[in-house]
Amino acid sequence: MGAKVTRKRVRTRWRKHDTELTLLALPTTIWYILFSFLPMFGVIIAFKDFKIHGNFLSNVINSDWIGFKNFEFLFSSNDVWIVIRNTIGYNMIFIILGIVVPVSLALMVGQLHSRKAAKVYQTMMFLPYFLSWVVVSAVLWAFLSYDKGIANQVLTHFSQDPKNWYMEPSYWPYFLVFMNMWKGLGYGMVVYLATITSMDSTYYEAAVIDGASKWQQTWYITLPLMKFVIVLMFILSVGGIFSTDFGLFFQVPRDSNSLYNVTTTVDVLVYKQLKTATVGMASASAFMQSVLGCGMILLANWIVRKVDPESALI
Amino acid sequence: MSTQTSYDSGLDKFNRVGKGTNILFHLIFIVLALLCVVPIIVVLSISLSSEASIRETGYQLLPSAFSAEAYNYIVKQGSMIVRALGVSVFVTVVGTLIGVLLTTTMGYALSRPQFKLKGLLTWVVFIPMVFNGGLVSSYYINSTMLGLSNTIWALILPLAVSSFNVIICKTFFKTTIPDGLIESAEIDGAGQFRIFFTIVLPISLPVLATIGLFLCFSYWNDWFQSMLYIDDQALYSLQALLNSLMSNVDALAKNASTMGISYAELVATMPKESARMAVAIIIVLPVALAYPFFQKYFISGLTVGAVKG
Repeated sequence: MGAKVTRKRVRTRWRKHDTELTLLALPTTIWYILFSFLPMFGVIIAFKDFKIHGNFLSNVINSDWIGFKNFEFLFSSNDVWIVIRNTIGYNMIFIILGIVVPVSLALMVGQLHSRKAAKVYQTMMFLPYFLSWVVVSAVLWAFLSYDKGIANQVLTHFSQDPKNWYMEPSYWPYFLVFMNMWKGLGYGMVVYLATITSMDSTYYEAAVIDGASKWQQTWYITLPLMKFVIVLMFILSVGGIFSTDFGLFFQVPRDSNSLYNVTTTVDVLVYKQLKTATVGMASASAFMQSVLGCGMILLANWIVRKVDPESALI
Repeated sequence: MSTQTSYDSGLDKFNRVGKGTNILFHLIFIVLALLCVVPIIVVLSISLSSEASIRETGYQLLPSAFSAEAYNYIVKQGSMIVRALGVSVFVTVVGTLIGVLLTTTMGYALSRPQFKLKGLLTWVVFIPMVFNGGLVSSYYINSTMLGLSNTIWALILPLAVSSFNVIICKTFFKTTIPDGLIESAEIDGAGQFRIFFTIVLPISLPVLATIGLFLCFSYWNDWFQSMLYIDDQALYSLQALLNSLMSNVDALAKNASTMGISYAELVATMPKESARMAVAIIIVLPVALAYPFFQKYFISGLTVGAVKG
């Protein structure tokens, strides 16, 4: 009893090492205040008639409150609905394909007889993950450029008319989905393969003795054991359904105006509004995105907690 | 390692997929792997094609007329490319150092169970994972309040810390550094700075490598910060330069050291198309050469990150 009391007293006292640890953490804390928390308070410009001239802080303080006017402007434009449709639509496709394809490929690569070949394939497929979107955009340009691109050379070879790819919206949903898969496939495979290789091999030994086929083993052992990781990845990606990879939707289509309807997502819209100095609408869109994103993350976390409290983030 | 040995055991040999299925799987993976690598090789081959052959036949899978004129041009004329390479290297090296330092110090402080501010600082790290101010207010705060526009720091500071990395570090320190080690150092009178820099960091190389590599790749590949904050061409990184070359191939000539040649002449003689792809190759090459060696760190890093902090 007495020991417990003294321990409690020691715990509540500020010690020398607390000062030292505070000093160690201080630079990073300042970084967080400047680059994370100040912008959080900056979101009030979504509710102000914000004009850019000179000092940011005095601007924020002195501009007039206009309540939800910025949001009214935003939602009265037709664009916003196209943008929301694109953002959620592409994300839904990405979520489904981003689970089905890497999981199937991870299951397949684990079955290859040659370990060496499996390693080589994996390394090759991981490469695009490490390229920037600017480079990816240059790579795609080599294929889709109107006068020099390889795609049009193939078309003319089969005596078809060359196409101006960067002007044809109908193809771009496929291109964007393909490029997204291309860049992320190797990474996704690694995540699922890590789960597969960490599974207990005795399950499979028992199954083989019972005469289970390879297909039955996959269906009744591997997939159920992976179910949790799959559900977790699914929920996490649902948490990000209001944000998209800006590089994919801005760099890869090279910001082509003809493709606006199929390539503009919330992130692209915010950037464009910011650059065209419609600050009020831009901050309203950005605020909407942050709040909805936060809500989705909390919802996802709540669901994870229901399913398995151990894996919840919060 | 254990999968390797168990795979070759008799049972696993018996439990393999059939020969036909194996061949089918190999075919699928060969196609996918080529699909991932061939486009890069196409870019390489364009960069090595002569400008005349590109004008005549367009981009080719394999160069019809080999020529290193683009690379020659870059070495001789491209003061801008050399500068951009310098910016990229500087940003990557300095950014990685600053990032690793900021991430590990915070991770270490959070990993000490008796630290009084642990609870508060955990929230400081955690809240930004869930909510952020969005692009617009970050942009205005960074550019007008912190004055980062058109400085090299705009490329470095905003990317230095990520809460995810801090949590990886914290988990690593908490699970792999024995408490006894730090306690005995404390008893011997070592301060926390000394403990951190001379005891904890040297035995934490795996996590330093993981975080360092994550940061390295993200600094080297970053183009968004340049697009937001940099107008001054002298501060263009390779990514920003390639970005501007993609919309305007003549951009190179504008800034090249002209040495008595007129701008028009320079534009006429420069290998435009291949130069563009050559810049892409200069960006890709270090990454493509480095990453196979570091792949295992990334994979272990991912696994560490999956452990709940």
